[in-house]
Amino acid sequence: MTDFAPKIRRSRLGWFLTYFALVLVAAIVLLPLVATALGGFKTLGELRTNPFGLPQHWEWSNYWSILSGPTYWRMLANSLIISGLTVFLALVVASMAAFCFAHVHFYGSGLLLNYFLVGLMFPAATAVLPLFIKIRDLGLLDTYMGVVLPQVAFALGMSILLLRNFFRGLPGELLEAAMVDGCGYMRFFWHVTLPLSKPILATVGIVQFVISWNNYLLPLILLNSDAKYPWPLGIMVYQGEFTTQWQLILAFITLTILPTIIVFLAAQKYIIAGLTAGALKG
Amino acid sequence: MGDETAEVRPARPERWIPGRAAKYRTVRGTAPVLILFLPPALLLFSIFVVLPIAEAARYSFFSWNGYNSPDNFVGLRNYLFLLRHAAFHTALINNLLVIAVSLVVQLPLALWLATLLADRIRGASIFRLIFFLPYVLAEIAAGLIWRFVYDGDYGLAGSIAGFFGLPAPYLLADPSTSMAAVLGVIVWKFFGFHMMLYIAGIQAIDRSLYDAAEIDGATRFQLFRFITLPLLGPTVRLSIFFAVIGSLQLFDLIMPMTRGGPSDSSQTIVTYLYSYGITRMRIGFGSAVGVTLFVICVVFAFTYRRTLMRHD
Repeated sequence: MTDFAPKIRRSRLGWFLTYFALVLVAAIVLLPLVATALGGFKTLGELRTNPFGLPQHWEWSNYWSILSGPTYWRMLANSLIISGLTVFLALVVASMAAFCFAHVHFYGSGLLLNYFLVGLMFPAATAVLPLFIKIRDLGLLDTYMGVVLPQVAFALGMSILLLRNFFRGLPGELLEAAMVDGCGYMRFFWHVTLPLSKPILATVGIVQFVISWNNYLLPLILLNSDAKYPWPLGIMVYQGEFTTQWQLILAFITLTILPTIIVFLAAQKYIIAGLTAGALKG
Repeated sequence: MGDETAEVRPARPERWIPGRAAKYRTVRGTAPVLILFLPPALLLFSIFVVLPIAEAARYSFFSWNGYNSPDNFVGLRNYLFLLRHAAFHTALINNLLVIAVSLVVQLPLALWLATLLADRIRGASIFRLIFFLPYVLAEIAAGLIWRFVYDGDYGLAGSIAGFFGLPAPYLLADPSTSMAAVLGVIVWKFFGFHMMLYIAGIQAIDRSLYDAAEIDGATRFQLFRFITLPLLGPTVRLSIFFAVIGSLQLFDLIMPMTRGGPSDSSQTIVTYLYSYGITRMRIGFGSAVGVTLFVICVVFAFTYRRTLMRHD
């Protein structure tokens, strides 16, 4: 993102007010997060009297009890499996379809593309009950694949659109030259299109990973054993078990959002570009 | 305008013209690639997205608990019940409230911050990062965090009230305040996303326009009013589109905070679908809610794109 700078002529007071406003908004954004992380270091009694401030005595046992138990790690592993499989399958399936829409001329291609794009218009919630029946009848209820396949299906609209737009932007001479050399579409796809498309594959992959990692509704309906729950479901179960033990719940929340925050800080450029590009093109 | 900025695209958007390839086409032609590459996407999408919608339309005419096959045909009774159900009215009103708050509070806030942070001022990138952070967090986590913040006994709301000598508030447990509390969280969670859209839009505006206007002695407000705002039109219309669609999907954020309660005061269409269709395994009724939501979404998307976004 290039920085853009119209001439900034602001008085000393103007500058002060600008930064005052920015810091105020930043404080409102961060305060709940910081209070949550610190709350995990307090005892329940201290939480009652001192929810804002630093803990008087850093209580590591809340975090330690979660990290030493199996629940937290199992949840993260489930989330990783489900999100990883979703991203992998979505990229494979969407890039193949997008390739056809970008490079192969066939009857009804426009209509078919619009068919996929209809999926962008409504939330998964609309058809969640028939989806439950279908997954049950397929015998996929309470399996990873039972969650992954619908997630991939709902990811297709946006993924195909983003990938196809990128593929179409690849220079046409490439395909022409490859054809002259007797290279078929499939070899071209594998040896030329995919290697040239790493940035867009990364973007689509990140967007779908974030969506899947945070997804709650589909796993809620399609999984029913705690052992398979991804973290958004697991944290709700945990919260249900320890309703009034806020110090534990806060520690648990902190540990579950920590991976997201670390990854966000490490790959902020891609994530911001990916999420806004996904929205802009979707 | 804004659309192009975030797009990842190689040097030239030159289109491959299929006709030109015809004479070079190998024996294998286009058939194999179509037969191998299209069906996976087509099947997955049809089975798990399109077919369920069609089935929802059918199930919505039955009273069915999901076992055996749907045979108790009830005609439009599910829809009629829905139209008369006070909780569903609350849900619709709440969805409209979310949209209203987005338009009146969230988007102006996002636009204002975007105008500040699109400049190359010191610390701009840090502020952008902070403001975008809530959007990246899962709605479930955000909802739980705010459940703590609003808690009268252990949360920030309790200690703020205590500081002023007021009784402990239980915002989420009170039907008269629960939705207002939820609305606050929605602004907190999503303004950063809209701000990023606007920043991308502002950065796509031609700098020379500002230079020319400044030479003519335009004030900062005039620059905003007569250059930024009009040229940001497409981005604003897009962000309104997302605000509305986002409101119609609202579910995850509500669940950890109120589950739509107390006494249905913070239901949205999707939490209503969950409370009255899914948890009670009323497949027919839940499908009627789903179909209603589907129609609302599609009608909105089509009319909005055809009218307001026609030229974008």
